Amino acid sequence: MNEIRKSRPAKSSLGLLRRSLLGMTALGVATIGLAALAQPVEAQTLRAVKHSDLRVLDPIITTAYMSRNHGYMIFDTLVALDANFEIQPQMADWDISEDGMTYRFTLRDGLMFHDGEPVRPADVIASISRWGERDGMGQVLMTYIDSMEGDGDNVVVINLSQPYGLVLDSLAKPSSNVPFIMPERLANTPSTEAIPEQIGSGPFRFVQDEFQPGVRAVYVKNEDYIPREEPSSWAAGGKVVNVDRVEWVTMADDQTALSALMAGEIDYWEQPPADLLPILEANPELVVRNQNELGYQTIGRMNFLHAPFDNKLIRQAALAALNQQDVLDAMIGNPDLYNVCPAMFICGTPLASDAGAEFATESHMDRARELLEEAGYDGTPLVIMHPTDVVTLRTQPVVATQLLRDAGFVVDLQAMDWQTLVGRRASQAAPDEGGWNMFFTNWVGADVFNPLVNNMVNGRGAEGGWFGWPDVPEAVALRTAYAEETDLEQQVEYARQLQELAYDEVMYVPLGEYIVPASWSTNLEGVLDGPAPFFWNITKN
Amino acid sequence: MLGYIVQRILAAIPVMGFVALFVFLLLRLSPGDPAAIIAGDAATPAQLAAIRERLGLTDPIHIQFFNWISDLMRGDFGVSIISGQPVITMITGRLEPTISLALTTITLSIVIAVPLGVIAAWKQGTIIDRLVMAISVIGFSVPIFVIGYVMIQIFSMQLGWFPVQGFRSITEGVGPFAERIFLPTISLTLLYIALIARITRTSMLEILNEDYVRTAYAKGLTETRVLMRHALRNCAVPIVTVIGIGFALIISGVVVTESVFNLPGIGRLTVDAVLARDYPVIQAVILLASLVYVVVNLLIDIAYVFLDPRIRYQ
Repeated sequence: MNEIRKSRPAKSSLGLLRRSLLGMTALGVATIGLAALAQPVEAQTLRAVKHSDLRVLDPIITTAYMSRNHGYMIFDTLVALDANFEIQPQMADWDISEDGMTYRFTLRDGLMFHDGEPVRPADVIASISRWGERDGMGQVLMTYIDSMEGDGDNVVVINLSQPYGLVLDSLAKPSSNVPFIMPERLANTPSTEAIPEQIGSGPFRFVQDEFQPGVRAVYVKNEDYIPREEPSSWAAGGKVVNVDRVEWVTMADDQTALSALMAGEIDYWEQPPADLLPILEANPELVVRNQNELGYQTIGRMNFLHAPFDNKLIRQAALAALNQQDVLDAMIGNPDLYNVCPAMFICGTPLASDAGAEFATESHMDRARELLEEAGYDGTPLVIMHPTDVVTLRTQPVVATQLLRDAGFVVDLQAMDWQTLVGRRASQAAPDEGGWNMFFTNWVGADVFNPLVNNMVNGRGAEGGWFGWPDVPEAVALRTAYAEETDLEQQVEYARQLQELAYDEVMYVPLGEYIVPASWSTNLEGVLDGPAPFFWNITKN
Repeated sequence: MLGYIVQRILAAIPVMGFVALFVFLLLRLSPGDPAAIIAGDAATPAQLAAIRERLGLTDPIHIQFFNWISDLMRGDFGVSIISGQPVITMITGRLEPTISLALTTITLSIVIAVPLGVIAAWKQGTIIDRLVMAISVIGFSVPIFVIGYVMIQIFSMQLGWFPVQGFRSITEGVGPFAERIFLPTISLTLLYIALIARITRTSMLEILNEDYVRTAYAKGLTETRVLMRHALRNCAVPIVTVIGIGFALIISGVVVTESVFNLPGIGRLTVDAVLARDYPVIQAVILLASLVYVVVNLLIDIAYVFLDPRIRYQ
């Protein structure tokens, strides 16, 4: 084996994103770096209201963002993405053989799990294997891995069966599911079953005795954690914990959270609703800032298995009828918080393009009616699922219904709660037998920002596809080509072709992007930006 | 009397059994899939199927019911499908805020509402009566969340006298407990004052027109003695009934009050469990609520005997 190519730090396939977001990241890193250099001060409790309550404690079995956030608290990752979209060592450095077929990860000294056991190669291998069973990008990675083996006490060797350009990108994946490293005995839990203990090697320890689902989750500083020396940057760098204890408090009522933050009873509120932001911004003792530049993408998804959306022309008619401005106005309202964007892989990234997006952002009603006529649409009603209990999901179906009706569709808008929708969308039955035709959801930008993490363009049909199940072999081929390509320019080209194909097939309908600023007390310093909220590096005065 | 109590307890068993069956079937026939909730947005159909199988959700319904009832008979309420925590732990963790709120609310309501109702009846048609009834109408009409927000704004945000939200166990000290339970208690008490005061007034008005009350006045008893010993005692039965049912209602969960003041009580546990389709938790809290109603009704019936000597149970 030739081990002459060292890659530290590695360029992510999204490394070019740095150019487009350079100003933001430079400022962010400077701030972050200064904060990281600050000495820890008096240890205190940081109380945060998160966007939801923590229910599932296994960040691998579920893609729920709260579980991912929990994972970042107590687990660590082999490598991590920084604010420049470069992949940095975290638990391990790496070497890549000249032929690109072998990756050697060397674990840094002093890594210990919370139960006092050292982190071993066997733990890493078991963790990657379990993650590779659940995560979409992990599943692809596993098809390229020939073997994983330990070499001594601190080296993990991954041998590929064929060249694959996204090994490090996969292991540095910043959002659900994140390849967290856990003890082998936990990682050997079947991937359909939650791990029985919360033992990681991360900067915080989970306090099981104080965990009350729906009430609070408590973390204390892991005194044995040895942070890296580099400044914190996104999920990379030194995870220096400056508070003794972090409490995630569940609050069902936004008004209560607002009052509690203003009264100083909590320190941080992850996702205040847009209509309360002016009140927060007017308070000099509070900071309001968007921590996630990639933001969110709101989308509509059609069911390819049943009429009328089994007809491509009718899907194209729906795409032509819909427009992003109306949806975003109804959903967010404040233009400062949203962005009309035709790019499936998030505006501002190097994979962003307007390929195939002629009818993506604005309504073209004449075009929609022509397509319906050409398709011979017979008035088959569209069953649109309408979740009325989630603020960020209840407006899109209403706006879309009106636009589709204007174009000539017959729409049956069915109100339900989100969890009913979640259960029903898994049904492949016909709409009049408990199935559906269309639903809407939102994604964190990091979960759709390239062809591999974006589940909606996987094109694997009813057997392996995401809800809606488009069967588009060309999309599968383009994703594979993207994954195997190591040249960034060519990756961009494959992504462009895939987007063009996805718009032509209407694999999904991007309905715009938005941001959700967080708010916190000015007593907090060193709050990090990132694709998930991180609680290291923060000092509470 | 003892025989009656035993008989009522035995009668509660089929009631609880029916509730158990009804709740179980209702949940299984309702839309929603816990497996989809656990797996999250990106799960494939195969992954969902595997999780459903692990949770036992693919077993025939009668097998699932039998398994649940068997565990229940052994005192095992199971574990939460979503969090994996024992259901009994989740419920007991939520009982203290709920019971605390119920006790403080009912106590304060009785102390204020019963005298108000008596005075309103005594002074029927006067400005005092109208004032009490106006308070009662306001208590009924203004939503609790509005009262809660107003109280938070005034007493927490403006005056800074009380915390906005949260709960502290009384084991952490009476002070922290009291300052957090005060505002939710006051918010909820307004409704119960309205309810109990109206019932008290109506009952008192009926009693005050009875011959024996006239006789008592004719004997030369003082007004206070007539009201308290002759009239009030005889309208205690409907008042106790309302108080008992009110207590059971709070124990079953007052979601809005719990949400506005961020009290981790049974109400929020129930709502969260329903939204997450956490079957074992929903089943357990509904059974618990049913049990509370059965017990409270039994206690009310027993109280009748002491309040009204004419009542005898065979």
